[in-house]
Parts: sequence; structure tokens; C-alpha cells
Amino acid sequence: MATLIKERRVVANPPSLPEGEVIRLEPTDDPAAVAARLPKVSRVEINFPKFGDGRGFSIARLLRERYGYKGELRAVGEVARDHLYYMEQCGFDAFLLRDGEEVDDALAAFDDFSEAYQATVAQPVPLFRRRGAA
Amino acid sequence: MYRYDEIDQRLVDERVTQFRGQTQRFLEGKLSEDEFRALRLRNGLYIQRYAPMLRIAIPYGLLSSKQLRKLAEIARKYDRDYGHFSTRQNLQLNWPKLEEVPDILAELATVEMHAIQTSGNCVRNITTDHFAGVASDEIVDSFVWCELIRQWSTFHPEFSYLPRKFKIAVNGAVHDRAAVAVHDIGLHAVKNEQGEVGFRVLVGGGLGRTPIIGTEIRSFLPWRHLLTYLDAILRVYNRYGRRDNIHKARIKILVKERGADRFREEVEAEWAHLKDGPATVIEQELQRIQARFTRPQYEALSNQGISTEGPFGAWAKRNVHAHKVPGYAAVTLSLKKTGVPPGDVTTDQMNAIADLADRYSFGELRVSHEQNLILADVRQRDLEALWREARALGLATPNIGLLTNIIACPGGDFCSLANAKSIPVAQALQERFEDLDYQHDIGELDLNISGCMNACGHHHVGHIGILGVDKNGEEWYQIEIGGNQGNTHAKGPGAALGKVLGPSFARAQVPDVIEKLLSFYVSERESEVERFIEVVHRIGIEPFKTAVYGNADQRAARRREPALAA
Repeated sequence: MATLIKERRVVANPPSLPEGEVIRLEPTDDPAAVAARLPKVSRVEINFPKFGDGRGFSIARLLRERYGYKGELRAVGEVARDHLYYMEQCGFDAFLLRDGEEVDDALAAFDDFSEAYQATVAQPVPLFRRRGAA
Repeated sequence: MYRYDEIDQRLVDERVTQFRGQTQRFLEGKLSEDEFRALRLRNGLYIQRYAPMLRIAIPYGLLSSKQLRKLAEIARKYDRDYGHFSTRQNLQLNWPKLEEVPDILAELATVEMHAIQTSGNCVRNITTDHFAGVASDEIVDSFVWCELIRQWSTFHPEFSYLPRKFKIAVNGAVHDRAAVAVHDIGLHAVKNEQGEVGFRVLVGGGLGRTPIIGTEIRSFLPWRHLLTYLDAILRVYNRYGRRDNIHKARIKILVKERGADRFREEVEAEWAHLKDGPATVIEQELQRIQARFTRPQYEALSNQGISTEGPFGAWAKRNVHAHKVPGYAAVTLSLKKTGVPPGDVTTDQMNAIADLADRYSFGELRVSHEQNLILADVRQRDLEALWREARALGLATPNIGLLTNIIACPGGDFCSLANAKSIPVAQALQERFEDLDYQHDIGELDLNISGCMNACGHHHVGHIGILGVDKNGEEWYQIEIGGNQGNTHAKGPGAALGKVLGPSFARAQVPDVIEKLLSFYVSERESEVERFIEVVHRIGIEPFKTAVYGNADQRAARRREPALAA
């Protein structure tokens, strides 16, 4: 059974049916096409069909930064511990781990790096603007 | 050198920990070969023909003597007592043990070094002009911009799983010594009429199996917008670059398939959302980076005459370069001695070079993409003493810019991708053309060799390019002429790709063919200053073809006989 992590905690018994509408996006989907529906949905899922397919990272940022999506943004598919830090930076807050991932190890992965140089969803002010202020 | 602050250091340390965990999971069977490949590559670790290969980053080619000593120590402790400087200004170790690589990375971190993003489908080491900061035609100090981009690209959360590798080059001077036109993104610093600094942005250049000269998508990007514009380009590429075929996944294919105009429109549309956002560069950050670079404390000196006589004069003519500060010069230590694979250095040499850097050049050096080392800040009055020491170390071959300054990839001797060996070809050419008077007579000539069409030896942009090809399990060599890495000279062509001369040759034939090309060039040049590349561009490749293969009748006759050229 794949583990669901939400806001850095394991969701012990995820409800089998979502409360409200869910949108699922594939790497080739354009988030602009669903922008108008976003205020009404309870969850957006972005699929990562392969370990090395990084299109979902851009889609996540667009949803958060351009289309103002505030609800749950869940990564599904080939979601490994090695992606989690990057995914969280790009605006994901929920992660359906693929089978075989060790949960404790995965939870630690959010702290692989303690700082990001870039402007990200998690930290919209890039390091170079914060360094100067210190 | 850019000196890390506490955050830079912490991130590199955290990367070591992360990779140690990944290696352990792989060794325990918890990560598949494929997945570990994606992770180890972005830490510079390849599994090669005989052993792993570790590519250590030397950001924009700048290195301190302390770092070089550490590299020597690592090569001695974990490898076979030598290293190989690559065309991307990095250092490669050919024999490390997979399970020891995390320890090597930990040692590197103690001298502010790493192997981050030296391979894999992410933004690679940023490369630049090896005369940055000292060249008399400087527009900006490109090191500062390279460091800004290095930080932006390091663990970029959105662009860590790109369709394919991504190479960025920055050139900060009038002349292009960074080959910006053959990179995924080439940035060429320019000043506008108001004297403001900006960048000319080229996209979609590259070598490899589909060599393309980059397309300009912006003639002037004000410097403040550099990072948001890079974000826009990378986002378009990340979303739409092809992922169905590894050979069509580079950004050059996307630009070609969409057409430059449509690609530019998409980038501009994306950028419209990002422009003036928080990632807009601020003056304060440029100053911060600049202040973290160590800078030579130059003495007030004046220029002095440099002897042109004898062996020293021959060396000074080729290996000593103008410097913007009076009384100083930049010096190339040649790693292209006959009999040594291009770019290879022993650990003894590394330690000796570190000493030279300390005594003659403020403890710093640079790696050039031509696989040589540069001491950038040498007092002119010390040149002769430096030359004597370099000569004793076998590092003073006076061949910079000449025929035997060959760029070559490791080729079939090491690389599992190679179709053919490149090092023996380079060595045969160095032996054939060792005579320096002959080399000086031929004049400036870039000769580049790649062991396969991935073109790590940059054969497409050599004035003469040699490509190893596989024919029914045998090694053959195709020869191109007319390639050029960029507008390195006031005269002559800008960046250009070589054209294939004709059918390929057996390895033993290569030196003869090169000699024919050179003899023909000498007979055709209008004066001694007209370089080989200029003659090729003036008269075209057909006459050269005839010089090598004979005219059409002779070629037809030869086809009826057992082939010389197959």
C-alpha cells in the first residue's frame, strides 16, 4: 500500500473517496486549461509517470504562482524520496509515495537541503535578497 | 576565487550526505540501476568501460592552489595518480571506486569543491573565457555572472529533471573565447548606447550528433533580468522539450522544430509573467559576489619588453598572453606535450603546478576549455623564471593555438560511448608534427578529436575536426574542415561548423591526410598571416577535397580499385 504524506505527516487512513472535485493532470496537460475550475476543486493531482520526468515541477509552480491555487496539490506516480525536497519547493503539499519507499527516510528527505538559492513557491524571496538583508 | 559563505558550504555538505544515502540505498538494492544512474550522474559519477569515472566540478574553470593540491591528494589516494582536465573545464578521475565516491565528495567539500551537476539531465557547470578578469577586451568580469548563475542553477527545484543536459556559457569580452554559439544557452555580455550592461542571448546551439549554431533570441537583455529570463527559457524547455527520444531531447531540437520565432515568442510570453519578480537581480548581490572573490593585489609595474629570442621567445610568443594590468601577463601551461594524452596531469605535476601558482600567480589558476591550465596574473619580469620551471615539469610546450594543442576526448581507451580511440590519434599527430618550426609556419590551427558523435572533443568546431566512427566493428576516422569555435580573432569567420571532407580513413592514414591538407593550405594562403581557417572560408572545401582524394576522375578510378579511403 502506497503511503500518503500530507504536510510532512503520514496520513494513516486516507479517505477512499475525496470530498469534492479532483483534477488530475498529466505532464502534457496545460494548467491554464483548468485555471477557471481551481477555486471549486478540493485537490489537484499531478502525475509523474517516470522517475526522470520533471514536467510536473513546472506545472505545480504555474498552478501556485500564476493561477493562485491554494488547495491540496498532490504528487502521484513515480514519487520517490529523491523528489520530495524539490516537489515541496515547487508547491506540492501532498505526496503519494510509490510502493517500496521507506516512510521515515522519505520524511527526512524534505530536509535534504536547508536552504534554496532560488525563488520558489515555498520561499518566494530568493536567497540573494535575504542574504543582503541580514 | 569565490569564497563560500556559511550557506554555500552547508549546501555542499548536505549534498554529500544526500549522495552517501543514495549510494547506500543502491548498494543495498533499494534503488534500481536506472534510478541510481539519474542520481549518480548529477553527482558526476559515470560507470565507464573499465571503472567508474568521477567528474569533479571546477566552476567556470577557476581553481586555487589549495584546491589543486586536494585534487592531487584525492587522485593519489582514490585513483591512479593522475587526472584528466576536460573540455568543460572540469577534472575527471578515471578509476575511483563506486563505494568510495561519497568519501571523495566529502574531501572535496573541505576545499569548497563538489561534483554537483557535472552530468545528468540538469544545468551543468557554467563555462566561460579563461582570460576572464584579465583580458584587455573585457566588457564585464564574467566570473561574477557565472557565480550568480551557478547559484541559481544549483539544485534548482523546477529544473532538476530536464529532458536532457543543459549547458550554459558566458562570455564577458569583445572576442568570444567561451564558444557561446555552441551551447544550449550562450550569453555574450554587451553594452548598449547608454553604457548599460546586458546580454546577447543565444539559444539552441550545440555539438553532439546534431551540431547547430545557436540562434539569437534577444540582442540585449538588461542584466537585472538575467535570471528571470533564464527561468523562462528553462520553463519552456522543461515543459515542451522532447522526452520520447534521448537523441532529440536537447533544446536545440525544440528550437529547430518550433522555429526560432515561435520559440522566442513562447519565452517572451513566459517571461512577461516573471519579469520584475523577486528573482530580478539586484546590484547588491553583484557587489556581494564580487566582494567574495579574492582579487590579486597587483603591484604598480610597467610593461617591459619580452624576449622573442631562442626557446624562451618561442614559448613567450605562443604561451604568454596580454594582460589588462601593466607589467603582468597571463601564461598557459600546456598539457599537450607529445606522448601525453591531452589534458592529463599526474599528481606530481598537480602539486608542482600548485606551487607555481602560489609563487607566480597569487595562488590561483584556470582550466581552459582547450584542456590547458592558465596562470592568469604573472609579473612579466618573472616570465623567464617561470618558463624554466614549467619546462622542467614538461608543461612548457610552446604550442598554444598551434596544431599540436589538440583537444581530444578520452575516447575508446576509457569511454563506453566511444566508437573509436582518440588519444592514439592525437599522439600520432603530435609525433608527426612535433617539429616546432613547421608548426609555427602553419600558424594558428585548432585540431579537435572526438571518439564518437557525442562530440566531447568538439570536432565540429575545430578548424580540422576528426571524428571516430565505427564501421562493422572497425575504427575509422572522418575528417571535417572549416569549423570555428567563435569570433576569437578580429579577422576570420565567427562560430562555424566544420564540413565533412569525404569518406573516412583508417587510423594509420590520418597523419598523412592532415599533412596533405596542410601542404595544400600553405600553397593556397595569400600570406603567412592568413590562417588555415581563413583560407578554408575563402576558397571553400572543394579544393581541399581534391587535394586529399584527387579530382573526380581520380576518385572514380580509385573506387574501382581496392579502397584507400573506405
